[in-house]
Amino acid sequence: MWHNLQKAFIITRREIRDQFRDWRIIVPIIILTIFFPSLMNFTARQTVDFVQKYGADIVGDRLIPFLFMVVGFFPISVSLVIALESFVGEKERQSIEPLLNSPLTNIQLYLGKLFAVMFPPLLASYLGISVYLIGVYRQVGWFPNYTLLVQVFALVSVQTLVMVSGAVVISSQTTSARAANLLASFIIIPMAILLVGESMIMFWARYHVLWWAIFGQIVIAALLIRTGVAYFNREELLGRQLDTLNLPWAWHVFKRAFLGNEKGIGKWLKKNVGGAYKTLGWPIILSALTLLAGGILGSLESARFPIPPELLDWQGLEKGVVEGIEEFGPIRFFSAEGVMIVLYHNLRVILLASLLGIFSFGTLGLIVLMAPFGIIGYFSATVAQSSVPLWKFLLAFVLPHGILEIPAIAISGAIILRLGATLVAPVPGRTIREAWLHSFAEWAKILIIVVIPLLIGAAILEIYVTPQIALWLFR
Amino acid sequence: MKTMIRTKNLSKHFNDFVAVQGVNLDVQAGEVLALLGPNGAGKTTTVRMLTSILRPTQGQAWVAGYDVVTESTQVRQSVGTLTEHHGLYQRMLTEEYLDFFGQLYGMDALERKNRIQELLHRFGLDQASGRRIGEFSKGMRQKLSLSQALLHSPPVLLLDEPTSAMDPESARLVRDAIKTLRSDERAIIICTHNLAEAEELADKIAIIRRGQIIANDTPRNLKQKLLGLGEYQVTLHKAVDGRELPLPPDTKTTAIGSNWFRYRTPTPELTNPLLLKALLEEDFSVVSLEEIPRSLEQVYLRAVNAPAAKEAEDVA
Repeated sequence: MWHNLQKAFIITRREIRDQFRDWRIIVPIIILTIFFPSLMNFTARQTVDFVQKYGADIVGDRLIPFLFMVVGFFPISVSLVIALESFVGEKERQSIEPLLNSPLTNIQLYLGKLFAVMFPPLLASYLGISVYLIGVYRQVGWFPNYTLLVQVFALVSVQTLVMVSGAVVISSQTTSARAANLLASFIIIPMAILLVGESMIMFWARYHVLWWAIFGQIVIAALLIRTGVAYFNREELLGRQLDTLNLPWAWHVFKRAFLGNEKGIGKWLKKNVGGAYKTLGWPIILSALTLLAGGILGSLESARFPIPPELLDWQGLEKGVVEGIEEFGPIRFFSAEGVMIVLYHNLRVILLASLLGIFSFGTLGLIVLMAPFGIIGYFSATVAQSSVPLWKFLLAFVLPHGILEIPAIAISGAIILRLGATLVAPVPGRTIREAWLHSFAEWAKILIIVVIPLLIGAAILEIYVTPQIALWLFR
Repeated sequence: MKTMIRTKNLSKHFNDFVAVQGVNLDVQAGEVLALLGPNGAGKTTTVRMLTSILRPTQGQAWVAGYDVVTESTQVRQSVGTLTEHHGLYQRMLTEEYLDFFGQLYGMDALERKNRIQELLHRFGLDQASGRRIGEFSKGMRQKLSLSQALLHSPPVLLLDEPTSAMDPESARLVRDAIKTLRSDERAIIICTHNLAEAEELADKIAIIRRGQIIANDTPRNLKQKLLGLGEYQVTLHKAVDGRELPLPPDTKTTAIGSNWFRYRTPTPELTNPLLLKALLEEDFSVVSLEEIPRSLEQVYLRAVNAPAAKEAEDVA
């Protein structure tokens, strides 16, 4: 391990030395380290003086910790530029080839560069924070408690790691700095949103929430590093020559993966689709556990946000069933139109979850699917508090169509997870694009052959059977 | 002799594009192989597979006895590579650059220092000592890259266009260095478009076209295979004047001038002494007997164009 790191540090030392010779990197870092924190000190002083005149001390109390976080963030924003320069820039200048010819392993190369691009911005960030804290202590006598101190240092560190590891993933998919800069918006926009969220936390003074932000970013950084390690390798770096979008090739790969080599629909269903389904064991278990967790979280929320019992109108049930639920479509029970509306709604949710899952390693997709289970959990817990037995509620409103819909959603969660996780889990002998197209073909196969038929069955049951059972049980 | 580079049916496909197909090569210690071919023929891809940068789609390769797939670190440790694009670090100093690579190859500080001085001196880069690489001319950069490839004294060298962008004096320096390296029992592959250089340096020539090796032999054998039997010219002191020439059997004249004639023979080592003897006996006074020089360029063009013409014929 140490020997491996020693080799990586050779790269780190060279790159850091090189960065410190580049005035375009050094000047902004110095400005952000010395000038900017001093400006923030001045701002803090002026603001505190101003708001104290009008008795709005709370504004100053909240502004100072907020600026504390901001002075730490600005220098690390440089890390994105350095990372793109180090990874894709070196690829573009072709200075990476002698490095690739050296006996370094891919991971040593990756780690060496990762450390190198993180070190100067983080150093600048820590220095900037220190300058700000010394200044603000001398001017207004404020110093953060140790928890907040640790939180902000941890926050800037994980944010740097997220940006840098994200930049590596982007770099691995491009051959020019121009293309990488265009793709960098995939990092800048989420980071900007995150910073807005963190700013709200700072102004809200709910500092304990920062731990969640830190934890979430550690998870994202871990996934991005995993992806970076998987795709920052010699084959990917030199095998890819152009940033062209080759749609005919993509269609060809997708079609081949979708149809397979089997002749005849029976064999295709058995071997190709069946084979794909058999590989979904663990993803289905994980997806089902996530949905269960959604239900449990929903049930826990019922204690915090209870529905007054008088609002549970079991008598109005018949009216809703017979006249339809206007808010959803309207859903007309006992009609083919109602089946189509329910099916369309469910498919729309799965497609949205898939789309979000692609950009979030599957996680956001699963969260979308968790939502209805959260609602079921919430109502189940609420009903359990009322006079109606829980089994009766579940039997009336969930189970009749849920017997098909719940497996359909669990399987959907599994294929979304698989599709999203393709970016993290390299497939030997396949490029990232090939691997993703294969996963997309698997997603399409399972969706069309397994999920959609289950959803059609569930929609029919939901429109024709569930209301009958609900009416029968609650009349 | 020890085989330092061996490939068996080596192939590389990028999606549906076949970059290299079924390449078989053997390079012994102390041997120089020139890999020739048009741009995009698969030379760089072959070299990248031999340095364990690209993974073969099919086939196997061993470099210095190590498998390029399963022993990639050892392969890269055993190979010195001069790449087509040097991509030097502009802000680094000459010694700093070489020292950096010396560290990557696991050389200790003293060894690095001595070797760097030796190489800078060998390639006439003493004046470049202490200067930033960004200030270098193209030729100096080429020599620095070559020094980097030789730094760890690898038993195998893969050199892509080793003398491109060099002035004639520097190019000679590098060619002489390559000859010396060959005598040090190194196996060397040179990818080049400079056919005269290939002919001067290479023991064997491999011509690659559309990813496939279409010719692989010694320059002499290739000339014989692709250009036919060797052609010789006899120049006489006086005109032939219609006298019959005493040609040995299996020898055919290809051209006759006033005081010279050319002929082909499958066995020059037997035929030429016999012919000289017969000419002298017949009172032809011989000024010279020489082989008509045939360039590697003719061999290369024949090899590269012949299959295309054949394909065109097939299509027609």
